[in-house]
Amino acid sequence: MAEPDPILVNDWHAVVELDFLASRGSFETVLLGVPIEIAESGEGSGEVRVSRRDTHAPLPARIRYGHVFTSIGQPNRDIVHFPECHEADRIHVTGGSIAVHVSGLRAVENFLDMGHFPFVHTDYLGVEPHTEVEPYEVTVTEEDEILATKCRFFQPLASPSADGGMMVDYEYRVARPYTVCLYKSNPIEPERWDFIVLFVQPVSEERCIAHPYLSYLAHNLDNETNRWFMQLIFAQDKPILENQLPKRLPLDPRAEVPARSDASSLSYRRWLAAQGVTYGAIPAAA
Amino acid sequence: MIRLYDYVLSGNCYKIRLLLSLLGLEWETRWIDFHPKREHKSEWFLGLNPLGQVPVLEDGDFRLRDAQAILVYLAAKHDERGRWYPAGDPRTLGEIAQWLAFADGITATASAARLHDGIFFELDADRARAGANAPFRVLDEHLWFQEQEGREWLCAPGHPTIADLACFPYVALSEEGGVSRLPYPAIRRWTDRVKRIPGFIPMSGVLVA
Ligand SMILES: [Fe+2]
Repeated sequence: MAEPDPILVNDWHAVVELDFLASRGSFETVLLGVPIEIAESGEGSGEVRVSRRDTHAPLPARIRYGHVFTSIGQPNRDIVHFPECHEADRIHVTGGSIAVHVSGLRAVENFLDMGHFPFVHTDYLGVEPHTEVEPYEVTVTEEDEILATKCRFFQPLASPSADGGMMVDYEYRVARPYTVCLYKSNPIEPERWDFIVLFVQPVSEERCIAHPYLSYLAHNLDNETNRWFMQLIFAQDKPILENQLPKRLPLDPRAEVPARSDASSLSYRRWLAAQGVTYGAIPAAA
Repeated sequence: MIRLYDYVLSGNCYKIRLLLSLLGLEWETRWIDFHPKREHKSEWFLGLNPLGQVPVLEDGDFRLRDAQAILVYLAAKHDERGRWYPAGDPRTLGEIAQWLAFADGITATASAARLHDGIFFELDADRARAGANAPFRVLDEHLWFQEQEGREWLCAPGHPTIADLACFPYVALSEEGGVSRLPYPAIRRWTDRVKRIPGFIPMSGVLVA
């Protein structure tokens, strides 16, 4: 097993949902191979303690986006910022964290891929014969993030507030190696975005926990509905992800068939290599 | 109106959705925040079901818990052709009862391992995985012998019964708990047959045939 890369060690990672922690009081998990424990500090204090289970050393803790974040190193930048979250007419909820037996990088790549919608999320996010992914634009921004724009896809039931099929506009933002966000046009106000962030916790190189965070225009929605819809969709991806071989993500652009290696996927793999990310990946041969 | 207290990723809830849909019934869903909030252990839900388990079904003023019991009730009450639970056929009813109890053994092993691996239930997952192989072996052997007799389903009649629906979900979801179905070819042929029953609906994690 490779040592985790400094860029991952010295960053924040979501490790548990607050709603889940509240139902238990404490929770043991693993981050980048390090066993950790998260515990509520006191009844209803809203504070948490995070520590290593091997050395018992305390770790930093932040609460944001409905999750506890921690780091096993010295975080040299803040948790990713999503400015849209602060709009007043939105509702926010965590989606229900789910463990997946695959590299977290595979989970991010799958999240970026529209091509699987008709086959994996049939009658929800896609349906045959609307299978074609139209060309879209992928750029790497000045902040060194990946942005995919002008994505469009026909969706029979794009979100719980959708009323029948519609062409949906999408944008994707890869903010960190293990953090990805999608924006999709709201069915009722198509000029505004709903968005879903996937904070992926690298447990090991071949296991991850996906922590979704949902921000929807309120309209006729409630958090319970958003949550079950998210779990319905993500649980459709889970067996697909767990059947991918190898479980780590190959960064060599020639390593896998072109069907899965579309523009955003190719860009993501190149970007990971440029960032020096090897944990959860199979680096390209030099 | 029938109301189902349901969790979207529960195989025991799914088998009720599946039968409701096969019977062409309409129902109303009350989603329970099983994960992450553990709403099935909340005070108000324990009032509905002191065991703190989904599914719970309400049909008018009648309330019932336990997935297998709900299958019996729905089939006995709403299946006009009397095929899913053949009321006048003592042998078949006995066989069905046997497989309904058997389904609980699959829940206690294969389903438990899946809950541990996917949504962090605290239990001995290796033991649960190992435990799943005993019922899977019994099921595979039974289905193989049925096939030798020209039978495609768990019980005697030439059509599926609620016994098949009761056993299907956590068998079909077993890989999520790290229980492979590769060593059980008769099980794999049977799950494919279940998926081809007219009116079959999938759930997340159950791949369509
Ligand atoms: Fe997907």
